[in-house]
Amino acid sequence: MLTIISQSIIGIIDLGAAFLFMYGLKRMSSPVTAPSGIKLAGIGMAAAVIASFLYALNVDAAAKPQLMVNIGLSLIALVLGGGIAWWAGRKVAMTAMPQMVAIYNGMGGGAAAAIAAVELFGNKADGVTQLVVTLFGALIGAVSLSGSLIAWAKLDEILKKPLRFPGQQIFNGLVALVTLAIGGYIVAVTHGLISSPIATPQLIHIFFGAALLFGVLMTLPIGGADMPVVISIYNAFTGLAVGLEGFVLQNPALMIAGMVVGAAGMLLTLLMAKAMNRSVSNILFTNFGTVVQQKQGEIKGSLKPVEASDAGIFMRYASSVIIVPGYGLAVAQAQQKLYEFVKLLQAAGVSVKFAIHPVAGRMPGQMDVLLAEAGVPYDMIFQLEDINDEFANTDVALVIGANDVVNPAARTDKSSPIYGMPILNADKAKKVYVVKRGQGKGYAGIVNALFYGDNCDMVYGDAAAVLTKMIEAVRALGTKAAA
Amino acid sequence: MQFSMAISGFVALYIFMLAAFAGWVIIGHVPAILHTPLMSGSNFVHGIVVVGGIFALLNASTVQEQAIGFFAVLLGAGNAAGGFAVTDRMLAMFQPSEHVLARASHIGKE
Repeated sequence: MLTIISQSIIGIIDLGAAFLFMYGLKRMSSPVTAPSGIKLAGIGMAAAVIASFLYALNVDAAAKPQLMVNIGLSLIALVLGGGIAWWAGRKVAMTAMPQMVAIYNGMGGGAAAAIAAVELFGNKADGVTQLVVTLFGALIGAVSLSGSLIAWAKLDEILKKPLRFPGQQIFNGLVALVTLAIGGYIVAVTHGLISSPIATPQLIHIFFGAALLFGVLMTLPIGGADMPVVISIYNAFTGLAVGLEGFVLQNPALMIAGMVVGAAGMLLTLLMAKAMNRSVSNILFTNFGTVVQQKQGEIKGSLKPVEASDAGIFMRYASSVIIVPGYGLAVAQAQQKLYEFVKLLQAAGVSVKFAIHPVAGRMPGQMDVLLAEAGVPYDMIFQLEDINDEFANTDVALVIGANDVVNPAARTDKSSPIYGMPILNADKAKKVYVVKRGQGKGYAGIVNALFYGDNCDMVYGDAAAVLTKMIEAVRALGTKAAA
Repeated sequence: MQFSMAISGFVALYIFMLAAFAGWVIIGHVPAILHTPLMSGSNFVHGIVVVGGIFALLNASTVQEQAIGFFAVLLGAGNAAGGFAVTDRMLAMFQPSEHVLARASHIGKE
């Protein structure tokens, strides 16, 4: 009787949690409803975790003597793991968000792989289907764990250079095949089809070792700038692994949550790859960013440096300004300064908008978060497709710390590596100011024709220093219209 | 009566298909401005794996199973708690302009 009641309670709470996860994600379709969405999902999670302790009422006979110890261990692990991750999540800088998400994602993959390991070592799977699904979940979870850790190390610049060697893709492919073969061998041995000279636990060790190794090898050759796409893929992987282990444990909440995330991660990955003008396989299996020094067409015009103060005053008397921020702005920690300048312009009656490229920042949407952190209201922030036509009717486009995403070569130069990539049409504004540290090229190593245009002036210097000068210059004019 | 739900292979495939479809449709409506919180938010959702970890650890009968189960709960809890913490923090930063706030207080109720 107790068993029936406890299982019904778990069932109902898990059902509610699965609903809240989907409803919470659904509420992320607007910045207005999103904060309550994540809170609802959080309530679902907390309820599911608390309810899961009811499993203690109905454990395997073999585990009964250990029950008190196991409950204690569960509580310690929950408090320890949850506490440390919570503390880190509250403290992490917004610029370091991609690394943090990579770590959390690796943890999820690791947890799914660990559950699979318990099932495998305890030989708990009944039937071929369960065993095969367990092994697949283990493989994907382990790859997600070790791959996410490498992605984290790259984003945190602990690993600085992509590791590449000749025949790498073939070697990685072989490691993947060997891993799958060991998995197949485990299935055959477990079901007595063949007898093995190696004991099954050893085989399981080798299987996990090979899967972890594959995750490392697969991620090492990919450049740091492509890491966001990789994290998104591993996010989908972890979701898939969780969903598969959910099937093994016969837990529909895990199945649904895992699969929703798996599909969501896949969609996000595709969106990102599209914004970078590349295919997912291109990102994973080719060495981008090493040899893209292509022959450039002749560029007419010259770079025209101007003083920051002059540019600031010019914008003060413009009627409309669109700002194109790039990751260089965040590197200079100048978001607050930028918004301070924007507020001065608004007080003087200038209409100001922000235009965000889908791959601005090191992770899609990171630039939006950084601006929001600086206090910029979200209704001033516009995405590429919503604002691109407005540049032509705008007095000034102010490009700060961005380069390739405003390079007109993407529209015109078929030989350019970024040809076809959607770009922000900053060059179509009546006047363009580019704030830049020096004359260097962008990430893709391409000369930017925008900088040489007749309507473009360059403001050289650190973004924070330049904005300070602009603010001083506009303040010095007096603020007759200031609110 | 044993009150347990057996999910067979085909039922599982149906659940997977519907969940994947739901995820695809729901995420397709999220605007690009929220893509970073979306990524960390969906990352948080697969933290539900901690529930599987607790199940595995409670049913552990050997020291090895206990050790691996402990790791499963530790990592799963980190995934869930950390994912929630960063997503909640980021979403709280998105604020509207004052004039929009005044005009649109009723839109939020939709």
